[in-house]
Amino acid sequence: MNKINKVWTLMLGLLVTVGLLLPQRAAAETAGKEEESLDVTAMIFEHVGDSYYWHLTDWGNLSIAMPLPVLVYSQTSGFHCFMSSRFHHGHASYEGLQIAPEGSEYAGKIVEIGSDGQEVRPFDFSITKNVAGLIITSILMIWMILYCAKWYKNKDHASAAPTGFVGTIEMLVSYVYNDVIKPNIPKHTERYAPYLLTAFFFIFFNNLCGLIPGSANLTGNIAITVTLALFTFFTTNIFGTGAYWGEIFWNKELPLWLRPVMAIIEFIGLFTKPFSLTIRLFANILAGHCALLGVLSVIFLTAVSMPGVGNGVMSVVSVVLGIFLDCLELLVAFIQAFVFTMLSSIYIGLSQAEHHHEE
Amino acid sequence: MSLLIPESGLFLWMLLAFVVVLVVLGKFGWPIMTKMIDERAKYIDESIAKAKEANEKLEKIQEETAAMLKEAQEKQSAILAEAVNMRNQIVEKAKTEATIAGQKLLEEAKQQIEVEKEDAIRDIRRQVGLLSVEIAEKVLRQNLKSDADQMAMIDRMLDEIKINK
Repeated sequence: MNKINKVWTLMLGLLVTVGLLLPQRAAAETAGKEEESLDVTAMIFEHVGDSYYWHLTDWGNLSIAMPLPVLVYSQTSGFHCFMSSRFHHGHASYEGLQIAPEGSEYAGKIVEIGSDGQEVRPFDFSITKNVAGLIITSILMIWMILYCAKWYKNKDHASAAPTGFVGTIEMLVSYVYNDVIKPNIPKHTERYAPYLLTAFFFIFFNNLCGLIPGSANLTGNIAITVTLALFTFFTTNIFGTGAYWGEIFWNKELPLWLRPVMAIIEFIGLFTKPFSLTIRLFANILAGHCALLGVLSVIFLTAVSMPGVGNGVMSVVSVVLGIFLDCLELLVAFIQAFVFTMLSSIYIGLSQAEHHHEE
Repeated sequence: MSLLIPESGLFLWMLLAFVVVLVVLGKFGWPIMTKMIDERAKYIDESIAKAKEANEKLEKIQEETAAMLKEAQEKQSAILAEAVNMRNQIVEKAKTEATIAGQKLLEEAKQQIEVEKEDAIRDIRRQVGLLSVEIAEKVLRQNLKSDADQMAMIDRMLDEIKINK
């Protein structure tokens, strides 16, 4: 107990020291360029949004960012393939392409200036920060799970259960498989388990990776969540049984006059389910990131508005709150992956409905 | 607003990446793990059932053993009781037999003694007779030194005979 108290005191002391020193530096840097106040909204949107660069940090005036490949297909000028460093951070155009400036309809995206001077968005499948992050996390995930699967070779059911990393993964797999998938989908479990487990680990892993500073915010991007939701939508409806469709369009348990009304509602429900899956995951993760960034911005905002001790105090508050929010986000990372998998299992389970045998 | 509109490029990449992850893990990852999880769960269930069965068997065996032990104890005490009984009987019988034999011997000894006594008495009588005859002879010789004494004697005896008649 005594040791823990000491560690706590040390940590708090360190925090206060850093909190009190940091603003002095910030104030020194901002001194002389008062007009260049921090645009919190832009900073947050830059962090949660996509980019043609992988921006790591700024060192003084030097921006440390990794250029990424641009892959664009334009109907007028064909394929383009080059590194994003050609744009010189949006200051230059290359091969008739440029990054749309602020205020444009396509701000931050690659556009082509047409013959009439209008901005035209070409088909853009560049390796952006998100795509690069996606590829990295996908490879990591495949490697991780295959590493675990390898452990099971030359083992049988009578062997001791795995420990360490494989044990942790197995615990999660077994939890999702036994407590989420099986109860909701008692029949054809083996048909759906691979998809649901992939979805769970994909979301969970990307949620966690998204919390690493400097990484891509994948699960907070609507394109990612809409893809996942569409997978659930198609898995649910392609393998839906006759009884399932019967319950949607002509539910015999309802009075006759209510059936057409319910058919319309149920039909709309088919699409609201994946829509809610999309928005829930994306909004939760995005909101978490925004809140975290907003809380940490307090340090820099107070550096301008109340330099000195006020800023120091606010910095400590901000860091403590930031740590709290980070812990909360760890929890949310799991909960959102769990909720997505749970709801997908329920939808799929409903689509496996059997005919009710009427007496 | 751009946050709410899915980028088609990222969407396609995501589709590709997710399909690859799904296919690879769906083929080489999850089935191995879920199969093992199922098998282990089954194995544990079976083991528990077996352990339960074994426990029941053990209990039964213990009960049987206890019953057997009890029976054996009962038998043992019965045998012991019988043995004690038999011993008592034997001792009793032996005692009786000994008593009878002793009495018989005593009887015989008594008879013998009686016979011997009679013999002895007869012997003594004879001796006494002989002695008395001798004594009588001696007395008579002494007393009948003179003729008068002899005559007196003969007379007395004749008188006695007469009286006895």
